[in-house]
Amino acid sequence: MERNQMQMHRQIATIRKSLFDQGYLDEQFVQLEELQDNSNPNFVEEVVTLFYRDSARFLYNLDQALEKRPLDFSRLDSLMHQFKGSSSSIGAKKVKIECTHFRDYCNARNTEGCKRTFQHVKKEYTTLKKKLEAYFQMSRQAGPIETACRPR
Amino acid sequence: MNLGGGQVVNKQSVMPSSSGASWKSTAAGGSGGGGGGDGGVPDQFPAGLRVLVVDDDPTCLMILEKMLRNCNYEVTKCNRAEVALSFLRENKNGFDVVISDVHMPDMDGFKLLEHIGIEMDLPVIMMSADDSKSVVMKGVTHGACDYLIKPVRIEALRNIWQHVVRKRKHEWKDFEPSASADEQKPPEEPDYSSSANEGHNWKNTKRRKDEDDEGEDRDDSSSLKKPRVVWSVELHQQFVAAVNQLGIDKAVPKKILELMNVPGLTRENVASHLQKYRLYLRRLSGSQHPGGMNASFMGGPDAGYGSISSLNGLDLQALAASGQLGQLPPQSLATLQAAALGRSTNSKSPISAPVIDQRNIFSFENPKSRYTEVQSQHLTNSSSSKQMNLLPGIPTNMEPKQFVSLQHQSGQHSFGSINNQVLIQMGGQSQSQSHSHSHSHSQGQSNTNPHHGLRPPVLSSEMLTRGGVVDMATTVYNPVVSQASSLVDFSMNHKNDSSGSSYPLGGSLGIPNLASATPTPLQGDGNLDTKVPRRGIVSSYDIFNDINPSGIREWGLQDVGMTFDSAQHTMQGGSGPVLLQHNRSSEREMGGQNRNSTSGKAIFSPGVETGSHRNVGQQRNSYVAENSLRVKAEDGSSHNNTLYPEQYGDDLLAAILKQHHQQQQQGVGQSETEFGFDGYAMDNLPA
Repeated sequence: MERNQMQMHRQIATIRKSLFDQGYLDEQFVQLEELQDNSNPNFVEEVVTLFYRDSARFLYNLDQALEKRPLDFSRLDSLMHQFKGSSSSIGAKKVKIECTHFRDYCNARNTEGCKRTFQHVKKEYTTLKKKLEAYFQMSRQAGPIETACRPR
Repeated sequence: MNLGGGQVVNKQSVMPSSSGASWKSTAAGGSGGGGGGDGGVPDQFPAGLRVLVVDDDPTCLMILEKMLRNCNYEVTKCNRAEVALSFLRENKNGFDVVISDVHMPDMDGFKLLEHIGIEMDLPVIMMSADDSKSVVMKGVTHGACDYLIKPVRIEALRNIWQHVVRKRKHEWKDFEPSASADEQKPPEEPDYSSSANEGHNWKNTKRRKDEDDEGEDRDDSSSLKKPRVVWSVELHQQFVAAVNQLGIDKAVPKKILELMNVPGLTRENVASHLQKYRLYLRRLSGSQHPGGMNASFMGGPDAGYGSISSLNGLDLQALAASGQLGQLPPQSLATLQAAALGRSTNSKSPISAPVIDQRNIFSFENPKSRYTEVQSQHLTNSSSSKQMNLLPGIPTNMEPKQFVSLQHQSGQHSFGSINNQVLIQMGGQSQSQSHSHSHSHSQGQSNTNPHHGLRPPVLSSEMLTRGGVVDMATTVYNPVVSQASSLVDFSMNHKNDSSGSSYPLGGSLGIPNLASATPTPLQGDGNLDTKVPRRGIVSSYDIFNDINPSGIREWGLQDVGMTFDSAQHTMQGGSGPVLLQHNRSSEREMGGQNRNSTSGKAIFSPGVETGSHRNVGQQRNSYVAENSLRVKAEDGSSHNNTLYPEQYGDDLLAAILKQHHQQQQQGVGQSETEFGFDGYAMDNLPA
């Protein structure tokens, strides 16, 4: 059991490291991890869950706004700005990068560019969600010990 | 911790403290933040620091709360600015520092910042994902003590206590009876831009020098701890009245304190408030461009705007009849309202739309030649000197008060020199008011005041330039609006929250009622000075108060009132309605007088009948206009007319008129209570 548990923790640590190495997560995620303690043992997962729940409305609104012709670039920019701020608060690095590209196209009033990068934003957003869900699930299974061996 | 939706405020054991200055003790002891129960346990600090964090993003809010808790602070989170404000108001001295996001849907963060600065004098830290220099600069000019870039790290939050200490030291310094600083509190603003929060430099240095000594004393003796003064609307109005009476340039804390005659208020309290006030005024006069503050102010009160529109519709008829509303006012009113509502800047367009409608309505009326003529007529009736008529209609939306004051001022005052541009604008507004007033009398007369017509445009244009709140039709109001938006908006916003309070301005904002303070000034002609204080946000308040106290009973527009009422309801959505309600009663009273001329035109110079109606705020405008018109008749419009030229230079008038004209053309017509502002301006006019 212990070995399995240790193995699981090692596995989780590896997954976690790869998320950082591959650029899915940045330092802000570490900030969240550091906030997690005994009084809030699932803090990171709670925050990420809240983010995905709340940010869905931005994506919906952006989708709607991108359907309009002509595009209201200032509204798109404003929506994306908020979405980007929210994403950056959980350390969603790739998502944030795509958001920046989107805003650049917005400023350039490039319709095609906006639509294209928005697809990228959604893709990164969904990919990260799946990875984090798997990560949290494993973490829960492995138990709280894993925090002790989390590499910094 | 679920933020949930809407306005959820989760208080994490906020500790209500009796005196603001006692954060140390309470923080340490009372609320259990810092442990210890004894007062003045410095080493506990900053633990237990009471932080209010405002952000519409629930994810960020959750993270911030956790970070702050980890710093051993007492955290209360809020996802709506309006809620945060009401929370702050209800718990005076319940918080030590506020952290707020810049972009929020219901109110611009900067506006919230201003409100807090004026009402509660708490250190406010802004944060945003936007790190562009312009936004950061905006934070500085609005008086934020710090600006954090998102995503925020916990390290950045650990040191926020320094802002609390800094502010406290500053206040304590003021409190020091022996502090030579007292005399040094320069009536003159050395350099406002730098003194946003920290006070004057000299203060800081002095403070630093004595810091060690005084700091210890402060810690130990609670008696030395200066309780934080809350500048209620009434108090602020008194303050503004005093300042106006003395003249903004000559207003020194000592004299202001004497004039205000409020027991328990110290010179230091007045001095620091004066500082903020000056900053506010400066900001108002500085933001002549709509893009500046206006943006935030104008922010989008779509709802409000809409309501205003509807109201305007109703009022328009009234106005048309009375010819009160200048072309500009509707626009400015709308803008003001928008601003007041503190919506996002994007709302500008929606606002303008209604404004245009209003204008159209007016224009429609104009053909009847009421409106435009009103202005001109007003002038002519009264006697040409008026010119001010400029924007009778001024922004009812925004602040009924302002409108009222504007109306009052519409008389001659507005044109007056008024140090503030705002004032002038207001003057213009008032003029329009007065014009309309006279017009109503003559109903149908056409324009006997040729130069009236001329004037308003000038006024408005001036106002536009000055205030930066171009949109505000009521020139006077414009600057105020934009800048003052914080104040005004504040009230407006507040109103939204507390629809119950009819006068949002008075109550909710907590800004001292200008009006109350200076009921008299409004009344009398000469009191323009008092009115002036209104300039700032306060003015809006004053207007109302003034109006009421003066018992402007002459409204006589009973029917208008009705219209107004209905309009009010319509407006309910926005802050407008709230204000309106208030006005309404006052207006009724005023109806009789309204005017300043008789009882007190309080805001406006005595002669001007006016406009006093302006107070009504957006809605009111329409009916104020009517009232003013009526009043005029009663007062003897001629009286008004003559006043103007004396008080204001022709060139001033011209400028105002031009501005007004421009505004009209722009369809800005903010119905906002610019009038209130006018009233304000009036005071400055050299009698």
